[in-house]
Amino acid sequence: MEQLMGNLKRQIIEALNLKHLKPEDIGDDQPLFVEGLGLDSIDALELIVLLQQHYSIKIENPQEGPKIFRSVKTIAEYITAHKPA
Amino acid sequence: MVAGTGVISAIGNSLPETLHAFQQKKSGIGAITQLETLHKNVLPVGEVKLSTEQLAKITKQPTITRTALLGIHAAREAIASAGISSLKKWRTGLISATTVGGMDRTEDFFQPFLQNPSQGRLRDVVHHACGSTTELIAEAIGVNGFLSTINTACSSSVNSIMLASRLIRQGLLDVVVAGGTDALTKFTLNGFNSLMILDKEPCRPFDATRNGLNLGEGAGFLVLVSETVAAREKIEAICHVSGFANTNDAYHQTASSPEGRGSFAAMQQSLEVSGLSTDDIDYINLHGTGTVNNDQSEGTAINRLFSDKKPKLSSTKSFTGHTLGACGGIEAVFSVMAIRHGCVFPNLRFQQPMPELGIVPQVEFESGLKIRNVMSNSFGFGGNCSSIIFSQIQR
Amino acid sequence: MITHYCIIRDQNIVLDGKVIFSEKNSDLDAFLLNAYASLKVDYPKFYKMDNLSKLGFLAAEMLLKDRSLLNDYAPEQVALVLSNAHSSTDTDRRYTLSSRTAPSPALFVYTLPNIVAGEICIRHKIKGENAFFVAPAFDPALMADYTDMVMAGDTGASIGGWVDVLGGHYDVFLYLHEKNKAGLAEHTTGQLKELYNTTLWNS
Repeated sequence: MEQLMGNLKRQIIEALNLKHLKPEDIGDDQPLFVEGLGLDSIDALELIVLLQQHYSIKIENPQEGPKIFRSVKTIAEYITAHKPA
Repeated sequence: MVAGTGVISAIGNSLPETLHAFQQKKSGIGAITQLETLHKNVLPVGEVKLSTEQLAKITKQPTITRTALLGIHAAREAIASAGISSLKKWRTGLISATTVGGMDRTEDFFQPFLQNPSQGRLRDVVHHACGSTTELIAEAIGVNGFLSTINTACSSSVNSIMLASRLIRQGLLDVVVAGGTDALTKFTLNGFNSLMILDKEPCRPFDATRNGLNLGEGAGFLVLVSETVAAREKIEAICHVSGFANTNDAYHQTASSPEGRGSFAAMQQSLEVSGLSTDDIDYINLHGTGTVNNDQSEGTAINRLFSDKKPKLSSTKSFTGHTLGACGGIEAVFSVMAIRHGCVFPNLRFQQPMPELGIVPQVEFESGLKIRNVMSNSFGFGGNCSSIIFSQIQR
Repeated sequence: MITHYCIIRDQNIVLDGKVIFSEKNSDLDAFLLNAYASLKVDYPKFYKMDNLSKLGFLAAEMLLKDRSLLNDYAPEQVALVLSNAHSSTDTDRRYTLSSRTAPSPALFVYTLPNIVAGEICIRHKIKGENAFFVAPAFDPALMADYTDMVMAGDTGASIGGWVDVLGGHYDVFLYLHEKNKAGLAEHTTGQLKELYNTTLWNS
């Protein structure tokens, strides 16, 4: 889990062009949207692409985004639960 | 003054075909038949029911870009319906909006080119630029004065009609052919799909269960003339552009602000320019894309501006799909049609209002109405919000 | 009158004829990042913008360096009239490449030229009229005439000009025009032409 979250932080910074951040700047439970990292709807779509490309997980309904992408930890949990065998 | 109109879209290749489709409530949205794409049997679209080769044949053009051919077809109809003896007599301009330009042919070029950089026909890319589309249309309709191309996303062609009205008001031009054209492309289909705002079913604008838009294609043009031209050419124009405004929502690159502040300001300011009040508007042709975000934002702005005295309103994108840079031109033609025929168009597939707004659009085709003033909204990415008002000329 | 103008060309950012930032021997991507860093503004969204928006953003930052237009004008009284030759082709190309694997939504949203106008409006809370013209070259007459039409009513200020980029080639000329303020030059076709063609930093 720790390793997965570390990887995710690096991938998120890369995919979302968060050049002002380092992986250690992102807390495991820190909210990613609005008041936390300030990500927006387009970032959420990029995260969907990220999950598909790096983890082969397909999210069909963008409305699910806010729940899954609440924090790095919730994303890691979602990946663990849905990762194809 | 509006002297002529021309349109081609998924619901018809001419004005009479279009009106007939509205009367029959016959939507143009369906499975993809023209475009070669992976999404063929998945995403419904509003395609013009002619191949590019057929369009070229009808317009007597070489198979240049689909965008240009659609534009030529609609612009010619607009000029023919205006009944101006000769465009050459007047200071004439063409202002055409497009967002994809010649992208459709560039995509034809890319497949072989990507396999092998020595392959691909260069003549497929010479008309790639948006401005090239305008030049091709100008050549085909014989306009060689003022040419301009506007690309402000989905509000583009309202902005071209706005510019045309201003140029005539300021006495800089006598006749302006203004509107826009866009063809379906893989570029836009994939792009909107990546934004996850394409409905896999035909769209349901302003409905509580709406789930995205369908892309469409087509072109719509108006011929605007000065009063002098109207008098000298004995044109009995039925309406004129009485108000317009363009504002920026200044909220997000692509999303509309939840309170619809840009769309509110555009509608309010266009009313100011026209000197009309909200009570004078008889019909609103909505932007109404069918996305969760647009309809909520636009509806909120309409509720705030019109409160409980809302005019009849509907989104004709439920017939044509969202034709991007062309939609403002196509819907301007529909707005003029509403005034000319005293009719309003249905908003297809509407079942239940958005709970937070309670707006019920027009669901039937209705004629025999007195439609004096029509407001048409077009909002685009980049926060670009435009609203335009067409008013009947009293005789 | 034109109260400020900014040119970004040949790895220089020039404000009102004076070089503000210069960095030779870097490619455009690095030049833009370093120029942003030198501004010392906290606007992380900059990193997400495409190069067209980054160029427009930087030029607008320069024009409005020490002031907020909203002290003098209502948000609706400030207009934006932009133009360029290559529309959003620079980003269209990047997006097309991305779509060979998975189309990138973050790139797709920049595949329109007027997104730069949106970014400037968001940053400076401007809500007035926007236009974006695509023309073969900077057209001072179009700019002067159209801006005058837009400003015939209540609009008191406008940011206008040219923001163009394709690959490593870029050219930016942005100016602030205020109807009732004294400034550097009259807002006329001739003056715009002259300012656009200035190469003062070489002299």
